[in-house]
Amino acid sequence: MNSRVVEFWVGMFVLVGFASLLFLALKVGNLGFGEDAGSYTVIAKFNNIGSLKVRAPVRAAGVTVGRVDSVDFDAAGYQARVSMTITGTYQFPTDTSASILTSGVLGENYVGLEAGADETFLKAGDQIQITQSAVVLEQLIGRFLYDKAQSNGGK
Amino acid sequence: MWEVLKKPTSHIGAIGAFTLAAIQRLGQATLFLGQVLRHSGTSITRPALTVREVYFAGALSLIIIMVSGLFVGMVLGLQGYETLQTYGSEEKLGVLVALSLVRELGPVVSALLFASRAGSAITAEIGLMKATEQIVAMDMMAVNPIARVVAPRFWGGVISMPLLAALFSAMGIFGAYIVGVRLIGVDEGAFWSQMQAAVDFDHDIMNGVIKSMVFGVGISAVATFEGFDAPPTAEGVSRATTRTVVHSSLLVLALDLVLTGFMMRMWGN
Repeated sequence: MNSRVVEFWVGMFVLVGFASLLFLALKVGNLGFGEDAGSYTVIAKFNNIGSLKVRAPVRAAGVTVGRVDSVDFDAAGYQARVSMTITGTYQFPTDTSASILTSGVLGENYVGLEAGADETFLKAGDQIQITQSAVVLEQLIGRFLYDKAQSNGGK
Repeated sequence: MWEVLKKPTSHIGAIGAFTLAAIQRLGQATLFLGQVLRHSGTSITRPALTVREVYFAGALSLIIIMVSGLFVGMVLGLQGYETLQTYGSEEKLGVLVALSLVRELGPVVSALLFASRAGSAITAEIGLMKATEQIVAMDMMAVNPIARVVAPRFWGGVISMPLLAALFSAMGIFGAYIVGVRLIGVDEGAFWSQMQAAVDFDHDIMNGVIKSMVFGVGISAVATFEGFDAPPTAEGVSRATTRTVVHSSLLVLALDLVLTGFMMRMWGN
């Protein structure tokens, strides 16, 4: 076998292999999202985060503006502490509120941001003060049944 | 190594002898892998040797990997659509196909194909070189056969495997795109954007690459060992070739379970 031919085909093979890896990274995966230098991390404390997971999207007006970095339990306040990275191009006022929402009926949990009206913007490491917990279906049904029973009893 | 089986002292003794022989062989294979790694210098200082093996193990596997990837992706697209549409979430097809290919099917199926296409060829080649006493001749000429014959084949396989797996996944996603978007009519924007939102480079794609590298090492190690260890007869070489395909396929599946377990534990999801 001519070594030129071998070299050509090996070169071809390596190029095709790396091209498909690049395709996977850029077209299929989300490489480059958390990479941009201007992104900043803020934290928020919730009474209940439902089934929010690490890497869940952070959305404002339905547009994904960041990702959840970590979820842990704050033993001092008995609350869930969620830290999220927000893309640097998006700025939010300090009185922005965060709530745990669900996309669709069976969908995943995500953090929804509702911008406030403050003049100053959130910086890296800031805490979002106004938060709203996830809606837990059992509690919702329990409250509904309780209300129903009360209204029936009042009749 | 199986001669211990020919005169078992008792039935229980036969089980013991079999177990001891299996452990001994595992040890030999590990020592052999150590020797291959120790004599790998030649593969780097004489890259032409390794390039030739990348050609035989990798470049010649291009067609089978691309065609299999395309068809596996097309079938995944069809089956995935069928199931997802009952929940009214057929736009998640991209996510389903991409995650199953990148995390599992890409590395595993291409490793199984690689074991049967390239692994068996490596074993047969080395085994036949041994049967025709080329290996002994090299030893006589003070050429280390492990450095000259085995190590380049080992590294050729290790280099080829991740590239083939990436190609398999890419072709599979393309196949699912053809079936899902072009033929069935899933929304193209949703197909790609949901996929990009769900597939993470570090957690999903790199895990697949790491898996395929480990599989490459495993298959190449089994194939070269079986070839080098084959009895120098026609029957011995044919048995060694069969053993390479069986053992390396089982090794790939077992390693996949272990690696998946580790990776899921590590990333916490």
